[in-house]
Amino acid sequence: MQRIGVFVCHCGSNIAATVDVAAVAEAAKNQPGVVFATDYTYMCSENGQNLIADTIREYGLTAVVVCSCSPRMHEATFRKVAQKAGLNPYMVEIANIREQCSWVHKDKEIGTPKAISLMKTAVAKVNLNVPLQEGESAVTKRALIIGGGIAGIQTALDIADAGYKVDIVEKSPSIGGRMSQLDKTFPTLDCSSCILTPKMTEVAQHENITLYTYSEVENVSGFVGDFTVEIRRKARYVHEDICTGCGLCMTKCPSKKAKNEFNRGLNTRTAIYTPFAQAIPNVPVIDTEACIHFRTGKCGLCAKNCAVQAIDYEQKDEIITQKYGAIVVATGFDLIDLKPFGEYAYNLSPDVVSSLELERILNAAGPTSGHLQRMSDHRQPKEMVFIQCVGSRCEDDRRGKPYCSKICCMYTAKQAMLIKDHYPDVNIHVFYIDVRTPGKAFDEFYRRAVEDYGVDYIKGQVGKVTPQADGTLLVHGVDLLDQKVVEINADMVVLAAAVEPNPDIRKLATMLTLSIDNNNFLNEAHPKLRPVEAATAGVFMSGVVQGPRDIPETVAQAGAAAIKVVGLLAKDKLKTNPCVAYVDELYCNGCSACQNVCPYGAISYTQKEIRDHGVREMRRVAQVNPALCKGCGACSVACPSGAMNLKGFSNRQIMAEVDTILCQ
Amino acid sequence: MDLTYSYFPGCTLKTKARDLDVYTRKTAAALGADLVEIENWQCCGGVYPLGSDEVGNKLSSVRALNDAKEHGRDLVTVCSGCFHVLKRVNDDMKNVPDIRDRANRYAQLAEPYQGETRVLHYLEVLRDAVGFDTIRKKTLHPLTGHRIGAYYGCLLLRPSAILEFDDPEDPSVIEEFLEAVGATPVKYQMRNECCGGYRSLEEPAFTNRLVGKIFADAKASGCQELVTACPLCFYNLQKYDGPDKLRVRYISEVLAQALGIDERGEVR
Repeated sequence: MQRIGVFVCHCGSNIAATVDVAAVAEAAKNQPGVVFATDYTYMCSENGQNLIADTIREYGLTAVVVCSCSPRMHEATFRKVAQKAGLNPYMVEIANIREQCSWVHKDKEIGTPKAISLMKTAVAKVNLNVPLQEGESAVTKRALIIGGGIAGIQTALDIADAGYKVDIVEKSPSIGGRMSQLDKTFPTLDCSSCILTPKMTEVAQHENITLYTYSEVENVSGFVGDFTVEIRRKARYVHEDICTGCGLCMTKCPSKKAKNEFNRGLNTRTAIYTPFAQAIPNVPVIDTEACIHFRTGKCGLCAKNCAVQAIDYEQKDEIITQKYGAIVVATGFDLIDLKPFGEYAYNLSPDVVSSLELERILNAAGPTSGHLQRMSDHRQPKEMVFIQCVGSRCEDDRRGKPYCSKICCMYTAKQAMLIKDHYPDVNIHVFYIDVRTPGKAFDEFYRRAVEDYGVDYIKGQVGKVTPQADGTLLVHGVDLLDQKVVEINADMVVLAAAVEPNPDIRKLATMLTLSIDNNNFLNEAHPKLRPVEAATAGVFMSGVVQGPRDIPETVAQAGAAAIKVVGLLAKDKLKTNPCVAYVDELYCNGCSACQNVCPYGAISYTQKEIRDHGVREMRRVAQVNPALCKGCGACSVACPSGAMNLKGFSNRQIMAEVDTILCQ
Repeated sequence: MDLTYSYFPGCTLKTKARDLDVYTRKTAAALGADLVEIENWQCCGGVYPLGSDEVGNKLSSVRALNDAKEHGRDLVTVCSGCFHVLKRVNDDMKNVPDIRDRANRYAQLAEPYQGETRVLHYLEVLRDAVGFDTIRKKTLHPLTGHRIGAYYGCLLLRPSAILEFDDPEDPSVIEEFLEAVGATPVKYQMRNECCGGYRSLEEPAFTNRLVGKIFADAKASGCQELVTACPLCFYNLQKYDGPDKLRVRYISEVLAQALGIDERGEVR
């Protein structure tokens, strides 16, 4: 029999308001094995921790039950306390009487008996606990960054500067991401590529960084410190190591009608192309769907004209397998599909553009060489309407998103001022729900647009945009402050479309066993206290993949992710979770049920000599690789003979818990 | 496929919108669909009551819905207003326990009604059961060269989550129908804007202004005439006094013309 101490936490009023904590402690004293029980205001405080440690020593406790918050919160804290006091840390059990007890019940009449029941359950379990030993595993001193936008670039640079090897995998032909598509940045109006390009060059030249552009992560296995990743390097049909980036192939290419993705489809590009002039690496790729050679077998002008014979139509995809200690997901965002927003006539008129399209129109390297023009007739617009929150803060989940996209209010003010600077005669109207400008120098920036530049902000929404016979766009809106219907004959309409995580994230989340929310944003390990760590150990996140944010926030988060990675890579060994599966070979009948359900490939079979009741025979029995086992417990449920068990969560322990609940 | 349906004509179809009713029955018969008029049906209520605790005004719809259920048929209507009210009341009976319980206590049905009936608009019957391809084949007098705009109005489309009829911002079912009868459908932005509805009774100038915008956009987009499925829209469009006015017909009348059916149901 164990000598158990039970410690009931008030958590201020969080628990004590709806659970009679003294009664829980009192009830604990009658439980089998319990030699000490008490309650205390904050068990996680230094005094609380000392109380537990002192009691362990004084009473010679062999096991501890803490009735407090969720084990996700403080299990690690209390295990450390036990360890310091000389107890095996796995002799601690948490009874969660907060999240699923005191927080969900309104009065002590219900809360107290439930807390007592949860306490008894934990006591029953801890009676059967056995000391467990953590193993050790090595750390591969190399990090993988998935995504080469500003989030991935900054994370990679920070890790590489700390002296560790970093690989960046970017699916498009160049790093740079969304930031490279922007013209100017708020609130300082500095040129986006002017501040980004030096960082891109630094990445290319950094001795610790390897760049895999036009590549995608194909498969991930392993665990923190020891991930094995397969990367597919898609065939560029241009040898990166030979190409000098002279660009002659692009000027010779006769296929010029492919949609230019970098300019959001507003103009066309050649079949062999780099997305933009400052692309890193400055090596073109061939778009096989547009290339005449790939479609008909003819042409071949690019290969004929290449002075260094870098073009290779026979190039194949290549799979690289590499080991990493840590992985950072920085896959960024795109704008939502605007097709379902029929009321804004985005599908009907080329003069209704998304905010990112306008960004390209305003950019000197864009489809209009930076001149503000309507895409239909290349006239300069005189009246412009900006519509905010297109798909953001939208109740209709079939086409929009419930969240605020956070960046739109600021970039709209920016775009309006840039236009007013160059074309003072343009009238700009902005329909908004709220203008949200929390951030350093943000509200001043927005007020400048209103007060100094005379941008006409209208509180209200737009119901319809109707293209007119004369080529203008009749915007029907409502002015809520004036309480009247507004109609504006605009030459151009700009839609501030909601941002959403790149859709690839779903596939990636499955590969990395990451948790994503309803909107496909990655979930953090803890929303406040572990904001850059994923729930899967060794995986971190950076940028909009976690939630809408602007460039400075992304850069700050990239630094945070980098220091977490560096902290991990700086260790030579990691402690492994001892709560893994083990097999009682005597009971194993070799049926393979456990092997079939194991998602991690941790179970194999072997022939082994077994002594059973004095008989020796060769049997086929399961064996668990503790390095691969994640402790999910699927095998112990699947095993028909009860041979499979999870350390720390054995069948006996779980049945003891169930019995305690049922036998009250 | 069994094309027998319970049919709810609605009050207006017996008076002002007689054409809508007559041509719906005749075209349905020609296309092999059997519309069986519900016995002793009452007004759907005309307007879906927006008071969240309102039950009395919904009872007549509940009786019609229950009648269809007892016959084991889908309930078809062609009036956009009736479709709107019936479908929303049906949704209440299915998903709002308070309304369902109280309505059943009032209605005293043989067995409680819980939203079992499927409510269909005649256009849905044409599209999904008859099939626009069949209509294309049976069209004797295609409306070739007729540039026709669909006027949807609001009642057919919104609230879209409940009516589940078509994309409320970019609907296309009437255009597909027009294509099937050989016409050239013209999409114009204002086709799903409000005509003013019942406001025409107390403030005709207001509806006139709204309808004017609809006609102006339709005409500028190249429509020669408009079609609608809603008697109220039809009334307001007809009453319009101003520039850009176009001819307005019911969808069923256009269908009858294409199939070569006259008012007596005879094929010419």
